[in-house]
Amino acid sequence: MREIDAKDITEAVARLCVEANTDLSADVVGAFNSGLENEKSPVGRAVFKALLANAEIARSEKVPMCQDTGFAVIFAEIGQDLHIKGGSFTEAINSGVRKGYQDGFLRKSICDPFTRANTKDNTPAVIITDIVEGDKLTLTIAPKGGGSENMSRVMMLTPSGGKKAVMDYIVQRCQEAGSNPCPPVIVGACIGGTPEKAAILAKKALLRKIGTKNPDPDLAAMEDELLTRINNLGMGPQGLGGSVYAMAVHLEKHPCHIASLPLAVNICCHASRHKEVTL
Amino acid sequence: MSNIIKLKTPFTNESIASLKAGDMVSISGEIYTARDAAHKRLVDLLDAGKELPFDIKGAVIYYVGPSPAKPGKVIGSAGPTTSYRMDAYAERLMEVGMKGMIGKGKRAKDVVDAMVKHKAVYFAAIGGAAALIARSIKSVELVAYEDLGPEAIRRMVVEDFQVMVINDLSGADLYEMGQAQYKVS
Repeated sequence: MREIDAKDITEAVARLCVEANTDLSADVVGAFNSGLENEKSPVGRAVFKALLANAEIARSEKVPMCQDTGFAVIFAEIGQDLHIKGGSFTEAINSGVRKGYQDGFLRKSICDPFTRANTKDNTPAVIITDIVEGDKLTLTIAPKGGGSENMSRVMMLTPSGGKKAVMDYIVQRCQEAGSNPCPPVIVGACIGGTPEKAAILAKKALLRKIGTKNPDPDLAAMEDELLTRINNLGMGPQGLGGSVYAMAVHLEKHPCHIASLPLAVNICCHASRHKEVTL
Repeated sequence: MSNIIKLKTPFTNESIASLKAGDMVSISGEIYTARDAAHKRLVDLLDAGKELPFDIKGAVIYYVGPSPAKPGKVIGSAGPTTSYRMDAYAERLMEVGMKGMIGKGKRAKDVVDAMVKHKAVYFAAIGGAAALIARSIKSVELVAYEDLGPEAIRRMVVEDFQVMVINDLSGADLYEMGQAQYKVS
């Protein structure tokens, strides 16, 4: 059985927390450039220019692109033939978050829900694990800011509502979110599963490269239609008015109970941060 | 886009009277940072009849919780946070003289009404353009509530901090105006 050391996990997580927060991925920068071309509003175009400049400063100076360096959400695909030695898996991840947020001058934003006392090291991370075949460990670090996360919802629709109810709810959610989640946004949604399954898959949908379609042609068509409908609302970049509120809509689906039609919507700000490593 | 209007802090009723929703404004001078936790403490002080830790007359409050400063820098990244969380406290601060707020996102109708009544303006900075905005912050000094960490109240000196008027003294709302202009029916 293959073995990896817990401290290697810690090192990788620490590095990726900093990298995710300072180095915006090429697909997002590409989407900013497309937005700059397609946006009709002069103010909206100025926003895209500012975001491109901001991403460049963050990368070159190794400073966070956004002061809200997020909740450290970590997706882990753990090969069933892999053994982790030298410490607890959860603690290895949290140590990495602690180190990355401290050494990288990232903001610590995690607190007690009632006392609001800050944990001061951005832990605990939210760790979502999948046991997969093989002997590798793939970690995806996806820091998520509070402003866009506050716009997330899980809705238990009635099956009779069908596709129309799903699409109307997603469009309505964007309208209500307005300028709050820092548009231009990426809209992630999952239809089906249970409420908790849908919430996880909606967030996971945000990890796809911007603009890649769901391989299911029905879902891909819904993604296109939703993107048009959302952008036709006219809210534009930052909600200041314009034609590009959303840069992409990413849908997932999962089988659900015969009585249910769950829908989770997770809106991501333009600072769509995620970095992956396989150990 | 309209020309950029230059404004110095503190504001007066006269200095903000002609601002219109949609105007680009460049702010220079001292501004104060506060988020919801700090707002709650400020309002608690007012309720107890006590002095605020800074002069609120004409003040501009920036809704921001910066990331830590790297060595040799005055501040880390410092973009606006979502403003509706401060809606519950905003009118109390307007009553005692606050004249400007900088954040992002729509304000509740009662806050917009309070701006008309007490003569105050709400501006948006670009949410998420935090590394860029940090360049207009020239110095930072702790004023109160160090225990709140990134949410402490700080006095910042800014130069050419570019923001946009969302709600002016007439109660106009740029978010509504902008959406109406670009909506495809």
